[in-house]
Amino acid sequence: MSTATTYRTCPRSGLQFESQAEKLMLANAVAAVVFLLIGGILAIGIVLTRWPAVHWLEADTFYQVLTAHGIDMLIFWIIFFEIAVLYFCSSTLLRCRLATPKIAWLAFALMVIGSVMNNVAVYQGGSSVMMTSYVPMMAAPSFYLGLILFAVGALIGCFVFLGTLVVAKRDKTYQGSVPLVTFGAITACIIAVFTIVSGAIILVPTFLLSVGLIDAVDPLIYRTIWWAFGHSSQQINVAAHISIWYAVAAIAFGAKPMSERVSRGAFLLYILFLQLASAHHMLADPGMSTEWKVVNTSYFMYFAVLASMIHGLTIPGAMEVAQRQKGYNKGLFEWLRKAPWGNPTFSGVFISIIGFGFLGGISGVMMGTEQLNMIIHNTIYVPGHFHATVVIGTTLSFMALTYFLIPVLFKREMINPGLAKWQPYLFGLSMYFFCLVMMGAGTLGVSRRHWDMAFAGNALAYEWPGAAYLMMGLVGIAGIAAIAGGAIYIYITVGSLLWGKRLESGAANKEPTPIPLQIPSSVAVQSYGSMGFAAPGTFVLAMVFLVSFVLYYFINWKYLSTLWGLS
Amino acid sequence: MSAILPPAERLWWKHPLDRVEGTWIAIAFVWCMIMFFMMIYWHAFGKQNLSTETYKTTPELFATKAQAMVDQYTVRTETDMQTPVVAPPVGSDVYMIARLWNFWPILELEKDQTYRLHLTSMDYNHGFSLQPANINIQIVPGYEHVITVTPNQSGQFSVVCNEYCGIGHHTMVGRIYVK
Repeated sequence: MSTATTYRTCPRSGLQFESQAEKLMLANAVAAVVFLLIGGILAIGIVLTRWPAVHWLEADTFYQVLTAHGIDMLIFWIIFFEIAVLYFCSSTLLRCRLATPKIAWLAFALMVIGSVMNNVAVYQGGSSVMMTSYVPMMAAPSFYLGLILFAVGALIGCFVFLGTLVVAKRDKTYQGSVPLVTFGAITACIIAVFTIVSGAIILVPTFLLSVGLIDAVDPLIYRTIWWAFGHSSQQINVAAHISIWYAVAAIAFGAKPMSERVSRGAFLLYILFLQLASAHHMLADPGMSTEWKVVNTSYFMYFAVLASMIHGLTIPGAMEVAQRQKGYNKGLFEWLRKAPWGNPTFSGVFISIIGFGFLGGISGVMMGTEQLNMIIHNTIYVPGHFHATVVIGTTLSFMALTYFLIPVLFKREMINPGLAKWQPYLFGLSMYFFCLVMMGAGTLGVSRRHWDMAFAGNALAYEWPGAAYLMMGLVGIAGIAAIAGGAIYIYITVGSLLWGKRLESGAANKEPTPIPLQIPSSVAVQSYGSMGFAAPGTFVLAMVFLVSFVLYYFINWKYLSTLWGLS
Repeated sequence: MSAILPPAERLWWKHPLDRVEGTWIAIAFVWCMIMFFMMIYWHAFGKQNLSTETYKTTPELFATKAQAMVDQYTVRTETDMQTPVVAPPVGSDVYMIARLWNFWPILELEKDQTYRLHLTSMDYNHGFSLQPANINIQIVPGYEHVITVTPNQSGQFSVVCNEYCGIGHHTMVGRIYVK
């Protein structure tokens, strides 16, 4: 089945795009940005309501907006973009045609129909059930149906990706193993299939319940399986954005992985253990045994955390090695000082790596520790944590990748590059602060998903400490700054797409040009690094990370030990 | 050559590790094991471990038991809702109902004494967030969770619902006194 298609080689990046895959990437990326825009507008309502001094929206509107914000950001924005990333990592990086483009368009159509249907259900009211939609609280049937259609579309997209890998193998467009970034995308795809199947197992009966075809769905079973979907979908992001980090290290520095074996082994640990995370949401629940909680919450003895710690070292390490080879070899950190800080693709990814590790990673392990979870469960610490992982980790990486794709995939000159240069700093650093103050408020016990921390007019009202109010005010201010950063990203992306100067696309060929055989560079004597370490600067950063991690971990145990006795 | 190209070394899995990676993997592995065994250690020696004692229940069944406790041990009522304040005997089974949108009844416990606190929900999921102690437990309808609690401070504590439970969620707050 060789349908008529063409291949162009981008004159700026040397990447080869197949025309069908290119159109699909563009469509998915644009749909993603549309949902980011909607989610961003909704975010204004949330931060201005949770900022106690402003307290803007009415309660019913607030819960409705919060439901839509969660779903649009965590599911629609991210998964649309991930489908584009999957097509990029298969068709573009392996230089082959996309398998079954018509079915890929069907997948896209299902995703669009599903996401619009779900949004409409929420805006009609009566479906303000939060992203988690815990039974027996019920939403409109179209709420669940929308999610199911979207998930089916995304699942089809995953199979198009897998089919494309088969095409590349059969057409011999590359030799040896797939690139590391594609390997990471395969990891994301495997986790996605698991995730979507879990979603179907629980959302289909819930949909049937909502239309009256079955009588009940057990609330605890719902929570267990829903979180195999809800948490694992965030693990797709982790695999996807770490792949992007590797890609950007390669694009911005020509960095090669320090060791293919280590990086791929770490991805393999993700495939094996990352899905156990459903337990993170069940630690404060009745019903589960302690053994089940301990084994699952730690991703079976923290092997997935180990994998993240490995990636966290090898990516900056690869950048350091590449910089040192270019001669930036003085001291521990010349490689970092001389990095391209003005290039938003690099700065975005670097801010993402640091924030994901220090804020998202460390806080995630705290919450995921069986006993420590009791001081965190359902407090605003939780959104503090996942904004660090999903916004600083995933969203900021996607933004950074977009700046690379504007000239390469969109074939447009970026409008206002001066503004783009600052965007990752404004967005990333205000999100750092946003997450920190949320975690601070959460440590004081402030609830998430709560309209009125003052309990106005309630005879049994609880008065939060002044520090909690201060933190929540800072959440509002930092949130507005981050939303401004997000708006600049959308302005630059959409503006470049609409008004940016058209760039040369590269001649269209009927046949793909295979990837030339890679010749191993003869092993030269290592002339950089110190103490036998190829990347001593990164190692020092890693030790700073470890010390922060260890200290904060035991501070939380100390805090826990002061609580009421519980057994 | 790079992460976006196939590995130049066909036998990349035989490539030796750099020292920086090997060292870091060893350190990270040790830290992961410490964190894993810390949870088990705390079960053996720590004083804050969440009970897993759980029974299936129904709203009627649980309400009957709670009502019996209230009938027997109410010491006064508070607020214009006439919410009973219950002072159950030390070591006894204590019931707290979570429902749209309150916790019922108010409890009065003694410091450094142990009680078996039974929690369930009559309707949706709720959250038991004890403030300012900051202990947070999920309440799931249909399941009776029995937690052994030993208050170590006296004073007035609030129970804030921290699981979204509909439009009145933010008005759902209860109280526990510790003498």
